[in-house]
Amino acid sequence: MTLLATLARLQAAAADRAVPLSRVRHRHLASTPLVIIPLTLAGHPATPVAAMIGTARGSRQLLTVLQPRNHELRLRFLTRLAQTVLQYIAGRQQSAETVPAYKTQPERRRYAQAPQVIVPNQASRDYLGLLGRSARFLPTDGPYAVDPAVPAVGKWLTFLADNSSQPGSALLADLTSFLAEHWATGQSPLEDANLAAQLAWIDPPPGLSGLQAALVAEDPLRCPPAGPATDPGFDQAVLWPLVQTYDRYTTARSDAGIKRAAAEIESALRGQLEPTWDAAWNAIALLQALPEAPSAGRRWAEDRDLFTRYSTYLVDDGRPQPRRDSAVAAASRLGRLERAQAAYDAQRALEDPYILAGLRTIGEAFAGQVVSTDPSRTVRSGTGRLLLRPRFTVRTADPVRIGTEQTLACPSYPKLKATIAEVTRSGDSADVILEVAAGMGTVARPAPDAVPLVGEQVSCTIDPGYWAPRPFPTADQTPWTHGGPPPRPATGLTQELRP
Amino acid sequence: MTTPNEGSPAAEAERVSAAVLSGMSTPGQRGIIVDSPPGAGKSTLVVRAATSLASAGERCIIVAQTNNQVNDLTARLAESDPQLPLGRLTGTDYNVPPAVRALPGVQVSDKTDRLTAAAVIIATAAKWATVRDGTWPWAILDEAYQMRSDMLLLVADRFERGLFVGDPGQLDPFSVIESPRWIGLPHDPTQNAITVMQAYNPGLPLHRLPVSWRLPASAAGIISNAFYPFSSFRAGTEHGTRRLEFTAAGMRGAVDATLDTAARTGWAQYELPARHTVRTDAEAADAAAALAARLISRGAVATCERNPGGKQVGPTDIAIGVTHRDQADQVRQALARSAPGIAAQVRVDTANRLQGAEYEVTIILHPLSGRHDATAFHLEAGRLCVLASRHRHACIVVARAGIAELLDAYPPNEPVRPGVRAKFPDGWEANQSLLAHLSEHKVRA
Repeated sequence: MTLLATLARLQAAAADRAVPLSRVRHRHLASTPLVIIPLTLAGHPATPVAAMIGTARGSRQLLTVLQPRNHELRLRFLTRLAQTVLQYIAGRQQSAETVPAYKTQPERRRYAQAPQVIVPNQASRDYLGLLGRSARFLPTDGPYAVDPAVPAVGKWLTFLADNSSQPGSALLADLTSFLAEHWATGQSPLEDANLAAQLAWIDPPPGLSGLQAALVAEDPLRCPPAGPATDPGFDQAVLWPLVQTYDRYTTARSDAGIKRAAAEIESALRGQLEPTWDAAWNAIALLQALPEAPSAGRRWAEDRDLFTRYSTYLVDDGRPQPRRDSAVAAASRLGRLERAQAAYDAQRALEDPYILAGLRTIGEAFAGQVVSTDPSRTVRSGTGRLLLRPRFTVRTADPVRIGTEQTLACPSYPKLKATIAEVTRSGDSADVILEVAAGMGTVARPAPDAVPLVGEQVSCTIDPGYWAPRPFPTADQTPWTHGGPPPRPATGLTQELRP
Repeated sequence: MTTPNEGSPAAEAERVSAAVLSGMSTPGQRGIIVDSPPGAGKSTLVVRAATSLASAGERCIIVAQTNNQVNDLTARLAESDPQLPLGRLTGTDYNVPPAVRALPGVQVSDKTDRLTAAAVIIATAAKWATVRDGTWPWAILDEAYQMRSDMLLLVADRFERGLFVGDPGQLDPFSVIESPRWIGLPHDPTQNAITVMQAYNPGLPLHRLPVSWRLPASAAGIISNAFYPFSSFRAGTEHGTRRLEFTAAGMRGAVDATLDTAARTGWAQYELPARHTVRTDAEAADAAAALAARLISRGAVATCERNPGGKQVGPTDIAIGVTHRDQADQVRQALARSAPGIAAQVRVDTANRLQGAEYEVTIILHPLSGRHDATAFHLEAGRLCVLASRHRHACIVVARAGIAELLDAYPPNEPVRPGVRAKFPDGWEANQSLLAHLSEHKVRA
């Protein structure tokens, strides 16, 4: 957490209302997201009790498992969930665009839309991943065959959950993290994991302060938990007796009784889910109201590329994701996440003055006045060629903790890339001499307005640049240090054997 | 502890080095691991292994972690054998210092095929990762405990057999991505190279260098007990061989008393009153700067096996070690205010950057000083170990009172995960152990 984020939290606590951390929305919001609010059986991982699912506030579907310990009923629930999710995904595969060839990449097709699944909190996000994991290996033939939609949705949920950890990806978003990126509340990050309480700080009902509204939101009777874990009080006092009644009627084979019990269970679960459903759509509306950052669209295009590639893979190959990453898969995934994180952080700093200000407090960005410039400075390259390398000096009071090996970017000069040539400190301020390395043109044709003018206010931050993915070996080329090539099972579950 | 060491330290260290070299010259295991405590002659071993491979006509590559380490090793190799043709493989955007280019027998290039004449090619792991062809009979991987295992995956095809050298007690490599996804997998890419390789190749021979030539007799046992509980080492010098004296007598005051304690015993703790502070604790930074300035102004003279006649301790012989970069900035500023004459020469840096460095006297800010909680980051044994094992004569710890109480309030509560091997020493335990020792050398500010 930067100093500024801490300060914002303190300000929010003092003002009794959330403080914005960001001026723009850094992640894309689809026009029709699919909101899923799952509930699980206490103490039983991946044993669903209910889910509320739909693409608009007014169009929602309640799925329930009347007796969560009954495997048959659970499968029926999963099949219905699968049908809804798969139908939604198929809807995003209707139209495609052609992306022209660029550099080494050939021309390709990309779906115009991608699925965006929204869940209330991170635990629900993990829960969808867990459901995906439990469903994707289920057999569609043999004595324990399930509906083909179940393993199919398992693969899609795994795809979504796997990509949700990619920084900046919007395929599967959880609202509490999404909101926390944009608002600081007056409570702890742990308390922010409660969607109702977090929303209370950001958008309290009329007449209540953020803190008062948050205290109300913490009462499980007025605001049932957003899940996937249910309120133990509700489990014990409401759900358990109803399920027992249902069991009694089932044993007695009383159709009318079963129907009545089912209606009561559904109504009780609806009561638990509805407040969160409304909160989720309120949160989406709040986020929708923020202007979208320019690069969010680009990241969404990457998401759509990913979605297109996975759709193609499912048609061509279709084997489920392995249970665990192989050595090569893990290493390349880590590399991909690290590159995405660096790019996401840099983009946000360039597009959002609030984030840039936060970086200034930790010395990873600085701002100040240009005190001198040398726009026509030249140097001789190693081969003796004359190169244009303009310099300018920025006087700043910020702590500058950027090494000379880093490339810098300025939000107001998008084409300019510079490095720090020298920092001289005097008292509380520092003069940073910057050498322009890109965006200045050539000696013969210097670019106009490439270098800021004396007196201008500029800010600079680290630009990680693009670095190519590392060329990891293929799985069958895994070296001896990492156990050699993993055994290749016939079924396509590339399961790792432990040494 | 283990059986008492017999023979002189030099003989004992030589026995281990010879065993490593003879293991390399006999066909067998694909990897040999050498664990080296701080200052145990790791670089010397790397140089020796490389030259002996070269003299046997086997070409080898050296994989180090940073450009500074590569430059350093290149210089040491050129110094030990000026006839040896060396290749300094470099990235396209790194300027190799002129001093390295000027070394005898050193060729610099960014492509391996321009270095075919070299008997030993040296580069960073990141550079080796970009080399897509060529296989060498041997690779020496220096600081392999600081190399991430995904990097090893990229360079492992470049060599048939590898000598992995490193200090298991220092800081682990890290990633900005925190993911539970790979926890417990033998090939967790965020783990260090040796841990992963050992998980898949449990029978690889492991040698331990038994003598620290850097740490004085007053510190070797303490560091060994606290940070290397199962692989003890000893100092290469006897008590009394290293002496620190001041030409100017001290005055009555905590700073001078701390310096005197450090000179007498090799350790001192300058204890500020207990207080919860922000990370940049101005009083602690001022104290560290004042201790450094006073050490120089009192004319410290260090006597050791290299300088039996004594040598003036200059500003470049001392370092101030901290945990965070903003603390380093703050100490530098404090030093610039209180001792502008030496401020530019005293090295002030974080534990991460001090890894591998050596100084006559170090002044360190305790990672837990002034904190109200003990996070895994601040408890990490490797961080404290790096800070407390850079010195040849004395180590002065600046800390606020109350660390013992803080440790008691935050017992280790890291979850135990299936498939993850317990790491020794545990940071909490190591902190307690060092703290117990420091309590005997405490001076209240």
